[in-house]
Amino acid sequence: MNPRRIFLIAVPYLWLLALFLVPFLIVLKISLSDIALARPPYAPQLDLSAGWNGLRSFFAALDLENFVFLTTDDLYWKAYLSSLQIAAVSTVITLLVGYPMAYGMARAAAEWRPTLLMLVVLPFWTSFLIRVYAWMGILSGEGVLNQFLLWTGLISAPLTILNTNLAVYIGIVYTYLPFMILPIYAALEKMDDSLLEAAEDLGCSRTTAFWLVTVPLSKAGIIAGCFLVFIPAIGEFVIPSLLGGSGTLMIGKVLWEEFFSNRDWPVASAVAIILLLILIIPIVLFQRNEQKQREAEG
Amino acid sequence: MSQTVFAPWDDPTQKPLIQFKGVTKRFGDFTAIDNLSLDIFEQEFFALLGPSGCGKTTMMRMLAGFETPTSGTILLSGQDIAPVPPNKRAVNMMFQSYALFPHLSVWDNIAFGLRRGNSSKDEIAQRVEEMLRLTRLEKFSKRKPHQISGGQRQRVALARSLAKAPKLLLLDEPLGALDAKLRQDTQFELMDIQEKTGTTFVIVTHDQEEAMTVASRVAVMDEGRLIQVATPPEIYEAPATVYVADFIGDVNILEGKAHQAGDKVEIAWADGELPIRGTTARTFAPGQTCHFAIRPEKVTISTERPDSANVLRGKVIDIAYLGNLSTYHVRLGNGTMMKAQTANTRRLANRGITWEDDVWLSFTDTAGVLLEH
Repeated sequence: MNPRRIFLIAVPYLWLLALFLVPFLIVLKISLSDIALARPPYAPQLDLSAGWNGLRSFFAALDLENFVFLTTDDLYWKAYLSSLQIAAVSTVITLLVGYPMAYGMARAAAEWRPTLLMLVVLPFWTSFLIRVYAWMGILSGEGVLNQFLLWTGLISAPLTILNTNLAVYIGIVYTYLPFMILPIYAALEKMDDSLLEAAEDLGCSRTTAFWLVTVPLSKAGIIAGCFLVFIPAIGEFVIPSLLGGSGTLMIGKVLWEEFFSNRDWPVASAVAIILLLILIIPIVLFQRNEQKQREAEG
Repeated sequence: MSQTVFAPWDDPTQKPLIQFKGVTKRFGDFTAIDNLSLDIFEQEFFALLGPSGCGKTTMMRMLAGFETPTSGTILLSGQDIAPVPPNKRAVNMMFQSYALFPHLSVWDNIAFGLRRGNSSKDEIAQRVEEMLRLTRLEKFSKRKPHQISGGQRQRVALARSLAKAPKLLLLDEPLGALDAKLRQDTQFELMDIQEKTGTTFVIVTHDQEEAMTVASRVAVMDEGRLIQVATPPEIYEAPATVYVADFIGDVNILEGKAHQAGDKVEIAWADGELPIRGTTARTFAPGQTCHFAIRPEKVTISTERPDSANVLRGKVIDIAYLGNLSTYHVRLGNGTMMKAQTANTRRLANRGITWEDDVWLSFTDTAGVLLEH
């Protein structure tokens, strides 16, 4: 290989090494350490001045205690399961809401599509945190939604939405909707309209044509969208802590509490490592879907 | 040897398969089809020919059911098809883009329409195999559309549209995406398949050569109207208007004043030139403006003055060498350009006529046609 190519490949690798592998190794190291009343709040610290012996005693002090601890308290695996469940349900709802929107966009007149696309992306112009706070204002007991419903007379007493799992679902679906719409829209927009005409010509009703042609052809977009929602939703922390209640159990929230309330960095790191391992499976599946898609198009 | 000529359109006892009766189609202010009436007969290979935007595709889409006429009726075997949706019509269409389902294999593409009916699995399999054999695609049945060549895709599209044994097959520019050589082969294949299956084909094309090759009858369209509906030889030899003459093949058009005596006409077309002598079945008023259309291959070019009904003198300006043929562009005395075509029976080096040569153009008095407009 010539030096030019090595350089070209080395840049992204070094980037990943510095920004992904090194932080990962640091977190892994902390997860193997013990909690300590010190700054930083864990031991052992790597002391290179002690030489070979220092290194040996450093590695001797690392153990899997924290991981064992995670299995003893059922809070953790319940939080993982609950996160998976909330993420999965949110993904399905996002798909059900996002698909018709993407479909409508792809079928809209060509001159309208850029505008519609911009409207989908528009929420990103505001900080995510502010948007979640806005939902608190909408969903709370005296919030906009309750006041509106009371005004219309549909309800006589305010609904409790904020600080429930429902609010978490609303928050996740709202936040991640663009990530569902965009890949599905990209798949649908590429579709040749004559395929639907051909399906009709061959005896399909409009509905069967949709299920037999449109849905299979947008499959890659659906899969991509689902992963793009599911993966970050599992580790979601801001939405459950701001919109969820005490009953909302999500691993992101647990992790935050371990770090900042308990100041138990080693356990928090162990939680993060397990979360990462859980996420690797859907991430690998997502990559494979993308690759298959590229091969089909190439 | 006697052979019955296939010409149901000349037989008044024959019932047409398709009848357009005063069909008009408007899109907003634009009139795509203007009060058009046309009969197409069973087992015909009917070509709709015209430039883009002439309404030929609209006609086809009305037959398929994707458009409904603004007024007038379309009958298929005597029944009005306007209320029948596309999925219920015994009409199938082969799309210009082929519209093969990219997520299905060749086999599943062909089976797609059959599966929508009530046929059993075995019947479907049998029919698909039959279609694969007919279009010589047996080897590719497992492949996806993006794994086969353009010509093979075209055959899959044909097989898929024929699988349901439609009464009428519509072909929208079916060969447009193929290169010239493959197109020629495929034209003959299409004719062969049409004969074997006995299906009525309606083909839309802007390629006059394609229409001439495959069709039993050609309808030349312009701006939503039918200009002429006739067999390919008739269209070529006896075009109804200057538009048809000009659209089909190469032609020289000379404008002049007609002076008729019986079926013979003398056309005064330029000062200082002898009138052109032609033959016609039409009647022209004395001095009426008329157009004399003559095909380049019916004009003889020579260096010596020949003995013919019409002789014109000119100078060779350009020679288009086509290999088997050469077209000479000759400027006549009054500046009019005229084309003459000859077969290159001799090798190029022995060609007697070259640029800037003074030549004689000649043709008989029956070689051209006289047209009113």
